[in-house]
Amino acid sequence: MLSSDGRKVVTAWIVLSVIATPLVAVFAPRFYAPGNGSVQATEQVFDNTVMTAILTPVICLLVVFFAYVLVVHRAPRGQELRDGPALRSDATVQAVWVTLSSVTVLFLAGFGTYELLQNGSGGGQGPSPIANPSGTKIPVQVIAQQWQFTYRYPTYGGVETPQLVLPADTYVELHVTSLDAIHSFWAYELGVKADANPGVDNIAYVKTKGPLTFHVRCAELCGLWHGYMFNNGRVVPQAQFAAWVKSQQHAFAPVAKYLPKYATTYYPDPQRRAG
Amino acid sequence: MRSATGFKVLGVAVGLAAAGVLIGLYVSKLTTEAGSPSYTVPVSSQGGHKVVDLTIQTVAAVGPQLSPAHPDYVSYLVRDTHGKWLRRTVWKLPANATVHVTIYNFDGASGLRNPLYARPQGVDGDVMTVDGKTLSVIPPDDASHTFAVPAYGLVIPVAPVGDNAKNQCGYAPCAMSMAHRTITFTFHTGKPGHYRWQCFVPCAAGWIDGFGGPMQTIGYMDGFLNVV
Amino acid sequence: MTVARRLVGFNLLTACLLGIGGWYVGWFAAHAVVGPSIDYFADVDFNELSLVMGYLCGVLGFLVGLGFLNYPFARLRGYPPSLREKETGGIGRYFGLCTDHKVVGMQYLVGIGFFFFIGGLNAMLIRTELLRPSAQVFPAGTYLTIVGLHGTMMMGMMTSGILGPFANYLIPILIGARRMAFPRIEALTFWLLMAAGVILETTIFFGGFPTGWTGYQPLGTQANPGIENYYLFFALVGISMTLLGMNMLATVVTMRAPGLTWTRLPIFVWGVISTSVLMVLAAPVLIATLSMAILDRVAQTNFFVPAQGGSQYLYENLFWFFGHPEVYILALPGFAIVLEILPVFARKPLWGYRLAVGGLLGVTLLSFFVWQHHLFVSGINADLRPFYMLSTELISIPTGLTFICGMMTLWRGNIRYSVPMLFCLAWFFNFFIGGLTGVFLSDTPSDTTTHGSFFSMAHFHYTIMGGLVFTFFAAIYYWVPKMTGYQINERLAKIHFWTMFVFFNSTFFPLFIAGFMGQPRRVVTYANGVHFINVWVSVSAFLLGGSMLLFLYNFVKSLVFDRVPAPADPWGSKSIEWQLPSPVPVQNFDRIPVFSGDPYGYGETGPTPVPAGAPAGMT
Repeated sequence: MLSSDGRKVVTAWIVLSVIATPLVAVFAPRFYAPGNGSVQATEQVFDNTVMTAILTPVICLLVVFFAYVLVVHRAPRGQELRDGPALRSDATVQAVWVTLSSVTVLFLAGFGTYELLQNGSGGGQGPSPIANPSGTKIPVQVIAQQWQFTYRYPTYGGVETPQLVLPADTYVELHVTSLDAIHSFWAYELGVKADANPGVDNIAYVKTKGPLTFHVRCAELCGLWHGYMFNNGRVVPQAQFAAWVKSQQHAFAPVAKYLPKYATTYYPDPQRRAG
Repeated sequence: MRSATGFKVLGVAVGLAAAGVLIGLYVSKLTTEAGSPSYTVPVSSQGGHKVVDLTIQTVAAVGPQLSPAHPDYVSYLVRDTHGKWLRRTVWKLPANATVHVTIYNFDGASGLRNPLYARPQGVDGDVMTVDGKTLSVIPPDDASHTFAVPAYGLVIPVAPVGDNAKNQCGYAPCAMSMAHRTITFTFHTGKPGHYRWQCFVPCAAGWIDGFGGPMQTIGYMDGFLNVV
Repeated sequence: MTVARRLVGFNLLTACLLGIGGWYVGWFAAHAVVGPSIDYFADVDFNELSLVMGYLCGVLGFLVGLGFLNYPFARLRGYPPSLREKETGGIGRYFGLCTDHKVVGMQYLVGIGFFFFIGGLNAMLIRTELLRPSAQVFPAGTYLTIVGLHGTMMMGMMTSGILGPFANYLIPILIGARRMAFPRIEALTFWLLMAAGVILETTIFFGGFPTGWTGYQPLGTQANPGIENYYLFFALVGISMTLLGMNMLATVVTMRAPGLTWTRLPIFVWGVISTSVLMVLAAPVLIATLSMAILDRVAQTNFFVPAQGGSQYLYENLFWFFGHPEVYILALPGFAIVLEILPVFARKPLWGYRLAVGGLLGVTLLSFFVWQHHLFVSGINADLRPFYMLSTELISIPTGLTFICGMMTLWRGNIRYSVPMLFCLAWFFNFFIGGLTGVFLSDTPSDTTTHGSFFSMAHFHYTIMGGLVFTFFAAIYYWVPKMTGYQINERLAKIHFWTMFVFFNSTFFPLFIAGFMGQPRRVVTYANGVHFINVWVSVSAFLLGGSMLLFLYNFVKSLVFDRVPAPADPWGSKSIEWQLPSPVPVQNFDRIPVFSGDPYGYGETGPTPVPAGAPAGMT
């Protein structure tokens, strides 16, 4: 059915794919973002690895095909202009290509949906999340403002602090909101990103693992100091976390009476225009 | 025609020269737009430790003398060794030093969007003195401006001039005889680096939500600490 | 005619003068009528309505000065209809309103090329700033303006990057017509774009804009007045795009020569059709969105100001409803160029013609259903995320059809590596990487980390620059000998290709890694861990800029100095434009041709399926 050229290409493709795909599946996770800092981060690495492993045969096909065609089917130098065979179509090739690409794409979409619906994969799901992991979750609010993130702990008296500390091995329900422009809370090592919108409660879930220091950056252009809107967060053992929250309550006791009651969104009151 | 090539070469040369000039003007405009020259704060040494005195003021309107382009912008100013007020918000400080800061505020209250910043943070004792009185918090609606260095966790809410105070300053530079509050605090610099500072009070008159204009322009309500 | 006499009349000089006059009229009218009654701006001494009216009246004056109102007024006064203006008469016609579609094509090529280089200059400035993690070549606020200028200029100009120069020049010829359906509107689209480009660059005199090319609200309402320049630029570009697309569709639908059925159309024409459909449907949404944003700043409306009851989500969705078809407006002409050029240099017919057309139209249709993949983590309703992941993954199926058709066209061909062919082959490499990384980005879990990072940025540079811009150069090297009648030096062209290809990949591939390591976009400072990558990328970018300068040198040298005449058909193509002399005469054809097949009859025996009649200019 295939020409001799075709047989060579298909054979080389299959051999290369069979060698490359397992190598990719084994070694890719070492290089993939965002690492193993949280359950969601590990899931994202797994997701990326599966996608790469599925796409590796596609890459192999194109590499083999072009390497073959560009060398073997090159017009010899100095030859006068000569036409090739008038091949306009081949129903089998078309059918095979369309089928394989559709199957691959639909599988990737299905796989991604399955992964997504487990727990939201660390992304912001808006005020009514559908991927809601079961079990106890500690709510932590992230308030983004120009140009710093502050954090409130509603189950600890609504204490607000500019540092983010989370207990290890705990499911955290992050409520991300903004007081002014659109920001985005990106905790890289935790694999969490949720846009902070004024007047909107954007919920993301993350299950922390062991103690670590992670980077929080703003990922949505929010004005002059967008690039400097970052700090470090920490995941600490649970006992240490309780002690830390107490220390913050003590440090910010003078201002506690002025803080608004905890709410999922705030309209900064009063609206100020001029001094 | 031989002169045709000559004309073409001349044309290309003129074009290249014009392009060079335009690009040069463009880049120079961009490098000088909305920045601030640096001010080196003088350093003294006490017992082998570096100490710095930084005196700054905040004004409601910076005035045409200090800012011909934006005379109505609210701004910070820094005082140099001759007692002259400069509109520079990039300050060179020594590393691992103690910095005593005095802020003279000539502006009235605007109010904080997030009341958390009404508490001094990141300074010695987490307190500041306002007109001699030591305070650990001010009412958030009273805040006139803040001086905040997020990388240091430093926040100082700047207490306001009362709305009914006499002899308020309209345009900078403001004389000490005009109504003002004096805020002092101390913080410490660490490793060398560029640390940005900003104001957290939406005090930019004329912009929706008060955060445009001077609030997003280095040289007015934003700047850098160049710690060297 | 004396020089002085030539300068008087409706030309570019008059247009500039009237443009400046119009600016002052608009400025002072707005000040006088509205200024005192808006206390809102009293504190900041700036009446933004003046800025907007100044620019709008300036553009109006500019267009009047070029002579765009002459014909409507002449018709109102009863003069007979005429389709032609200034179509003969030397080099002067390139500097004004000319209804010859070939002149408009050349104007577009130079005009878009000019702004492309300005956008490229801004890119070099960005990479200069990113050489060090926190050093300040440009103040932080100005850096955001430069980032915005680069992105906005490129997106605005390159949407017409292929349709402007090449569709305008070639479509009438390819379909056997003498002109476009609406020649004056065609010229209007060009001059609107030029006026818009000037408006965008002058933003630096009004404080620039901090929002990047997407113009998100409510940050836009906090910006300096310079953001009005951005809004006006994009609105004018939107108008230009809508008119361009409409013109293309009207021409192809109504003016095809006898015998040119839909299945005999060159694939380039199908690409233009699908791009035009996108332009006509998506660009008006942009114009409406930006008008609302302008009103928010100028008339105190609150469409997008959340604190006053508006919605920033409205802006995001409206913008991306345009924004996603926009990137396919950029990508589709690239597909069409590659499929058009590959048969010529593989000496085989285009394989799978109907499949390729289906692919183009499939992308066109699906591109309206994917836009929320830009908003996966933005807090949209969680039910939508799986749906948009599916639709975005699905769009890679029609995109893949272009690949299979191109690959099978090459299969068992007789491939010549001319410069246009090299650029088309590079397209496969670049767009493949871009497309695969797009699959990663469309996967919502993976997108959590890569959204808004340099990974996303590298993806779209691979698809847009590696896709569109490479095919832009392929089209230049392929068609400029026809358009001007002069050859371009092949040795320098090949050096340009290889340096551009190598340095392009060297610049953008490491950015995937930088994104994976956590570097966000539009950020003037970065972690020390990515310092080496950024230095590498910046140096590569400077070298890439150098290769562009090499192209410019070659272009000027070949077309202005060397002027080696090009034969009518240097590539051996069977398409109809190559059977006309170079450059193509004003009338295109002596007699309208009759088509009997498509232009891909390589390897097939029988008469040339595209008899052109007697080509114009040949006796």
